[in-house]
Amino acid sequence: MDFFSLAISIVYVLLSLSLLVSLVRVIIGPSLADRVVALDLIAFVVISLIATYAISSGHPVYLDVAIVLALVAFLGTIAFARFIIMRAEKLRKEGTHV
Amino acid sequence: MFEIIAGILLISGGFFVLVASVGILRLPDILMRMHASTKAGTLGAGLILLAVAFTYGEIGIISRAVATIIFILMTAPVAAHAIGRAAYKSGFKFWKGTVVDDLKTYYERSGTPGHEDGELPKED
Repeated sequence: MDFFSLAISIVYVLLSLSLLVSLVRVIIGPSLADRVVALDLIAFVVISLIATYAISSGHPVYLDVAIVLALVAFLGTIAFARFIIMRAEKLRKEGTHV
Repeated sequence: MFEIIAGILLISGGFFVLVASVGILRLPDILMRMHASTKAGTLGAGLILLAVAFTYGEIGIISRAVATIIFILMTAPVAAHAIGRAAYKSGFKFWKGTVVDDLKTYYERSGTPGHEDGELPKED
């Protein structure tokens, strides 16, 4: 086993570990914003996983999937931020605290 | 030679992504968690995409990888800014060691509702 395939295996292990660790924050996160931040990080980890798979499988076409995922993750985070602000204003108008 | 460079880039990228996720689990409040996930996560994903460019070494792949890196570098701060502002406006608890809250004085001066949230911890 040469250095390059060893490096690919190590990276798969590291990325899977970080996927699990950030999933813990998605589950226990006290507020919605914590969960959105953790989901944003999960999108980064999945982009890295797809890029690693584009190396290990020998098909560089998978890089396009990483580009599209980066775009969708950004739009999703912005939409969640708008939703959190609008929900907070609505709750404040009704008089209940978040 | 290129394979060795790509392997080193891959391992360091995976390490930084792992550091980001450990930070998001361990740090005490949401602004610090964002600080970990945005910076270290961007660096890790960028290093791994750079490793893809080094592995294949064709002009089409390199340009696509570099375009993805530039796109991530442009969008990650914007997303983090939007989420941080949303978390502040919806009211969250600072870490107990926080000493300064500049956004509160800004909101008080401009009269925007929402500055009563995000209370600084009381000094004992």
